[in-house]
Amino acid sequence: MQSLRGKVAIVGAADTEVGIVPHLSATQLCIDAALRALADAGISKEKVDGLITCNSMAEPMLYHAEAIAEYLQIFPKYCMSVGTGGGTTFSVLHHAASAILTGVCDTVLITMADSLYSGLTKEQAMAAQVSTGHKQFELPYGPTIPAYYALIAKAHMEKYGTTPEQLAAISVAARKHANLHPHAQMRELITVDDVLTSRMIADPLHLLDCSLISDGGSAVILTSAERAVEYPNHPVYLLGVGEGHGHEHISQARSLTTSAAVESGKRAYEMAGIGPDEIDFAQLYDCFTPTVIIELEDLGFCEKGEGGAFVESGAIELRGSLPVNTHGGLLSHCHPGNPGSMFALTETVTQLRHQAGGRQVQTAKVALVHGQGGIMSSHTTLILGREVD
Amino acid sequence: MHESSGKNFPQPTVETARFWEGCLEHKLLIQKCSDCHHCQFYPRLMCTKCSSRKVEWMKASGRGKVMSFTIVHRAISKAYLSDVPYVVAIIELEEGPTMMSNIVQCEPKAVEIGMEVEVVFENWSDTITMPKFSPFYKEK
Ligand SMILES: [Zn+2]
Repeated sequence: MQSLRGKVAIVGAADTEVGIVPHLSATQLCIDAALRALADAGISKEKVDGLITCNSMAEPMLYHAEAIAEYLQIFPKYCMSVGTGGGTTFSVLHHAASAILTGVCDTVLITMADSLYSGLTKEQAMAAQVSTGHKQFELPYGPTIPAYYALIAKAHMEKYGTTPEQLAAISVAARKHANLHPHAQMRELITVDDVLTSRMIADPLHLLDCSLISDGGSAVILTSAERAVEYPNHPVYLLGVGEGHGHEHISQARSLTTSAAVESGKRAYEMAGIGPDEIDFAQLYDCFTPTVIIELEDLGFCEKGEGGAFVESGAIELRGSLPVNTHGGLLSHCHPGNPGSMFALTETVTQLRHQAGGRQVQTAKVALVHGQGGIMSSHTTLILGREVD
Repeated sequence: MHESSGKNFPQPTVETARFWEGCLEHKLLIQKCSDCHHCQFYPRLMCTKCSSRKVEWMKASGRGKVMSFTIVHRAISKAYLSDVPYVVAIIELEEGPTMMSNIVQCEPKAVEIGMEVEVVFENWSDTITMPKFSPFYKEK
């Protein structure tokens, strides 16, 4: 099998304005992200011959990618829209890289946006997101999205002694990083006590254990490593990618405390030919604090059950041994639903180009980015590098 | 108005109708494979272990234990407001399969992982009765 290692690079990356953006619709945000990424790559839209988009909850369209191509007036060879969760945001990168390597197309634009804050009422946003639950065997019992993740948190606490303070430390670190990001939605510093005294949403998860509801969009442009060197910015190479898919409904999970991130991580490390010790920083899907603990363990950054102690030690902070979510993550930077993890990707590009300013991870060379979708259901791990050795 | 009005009512399908009929009769039905004897839930037309299509309905003991749970303080919708705080749990049935349900007839704070529970039935309409769980006291 041909390996994707080092064959494809990200040559353009950009975010729209994020947070509360009522003056742009979900479609406009998707286009705005695309235009900004094109500008960052220094190319015109005509160069794009592959397009991947993600449908929006606020402005859903049956043929979303075609509608975006029509709006932009481009005519790609490869065009698809994904009804995506956080994990599949990165599995489309897997597809795009494969399409480039096999010659289906040369230059792929991946653009995603939604306006969960301004485009929907709070009730509509909750209803849209919770519809992932099984209609007959889960939804009647009234689970909310935080409740699904609370089931995971509670099981981890029971099995490994993880504490609410340890979960809170993740929110605190995220906010510290967001404080250094000029465009993050929530920038005010918080303490462990602030998290623990915030309103209980689904025991043991407090309001500040939960990610934000936002508007915003993000886009990246991929091309082959050979062509990438002709672009103005330093290319960011795909060194490894792997997926793992466990279940759809949490009531059917093989385990509540170990996820398919074990499999996605193993596959990505194998392709990249490196292990967790060689990762300079990581962006881990943080829709709720417990997911970060489980991902740290399942991706090999600490032993199983040690995730709580690991975050409590300060390891995931900017000056720690493994800075995590350097932009503030879904907890503090923004979370417009499905496109949420794309910001972890654009942040990684910024970091690997050494353009992150006050939140720059010193001498950052290799990063791990992990997306998760559904209820710890689908997992994709990316390993990205500044160089291909 | 009935207290379950506006809740997320299950809509039985060809595959699940027998299960919901069972609930009306206060029987918790799961499926058992005639070939490999594997028990499963939710209902499917095949055995998830050996892919045999010879799956039969059987009445479960109705007992199990709490694998995990959460106390929901922020209701999913207005119809669930009067239930807050309510317990959403994952139950491991005695026969092996897992299912989501609510733990009722006890204080939410009294629920623990590993707690033994048994099925109780809550009537929502003429056609839907919901299986829920309450603590199982052996002396009963
Ligand atoms: Zn079987």
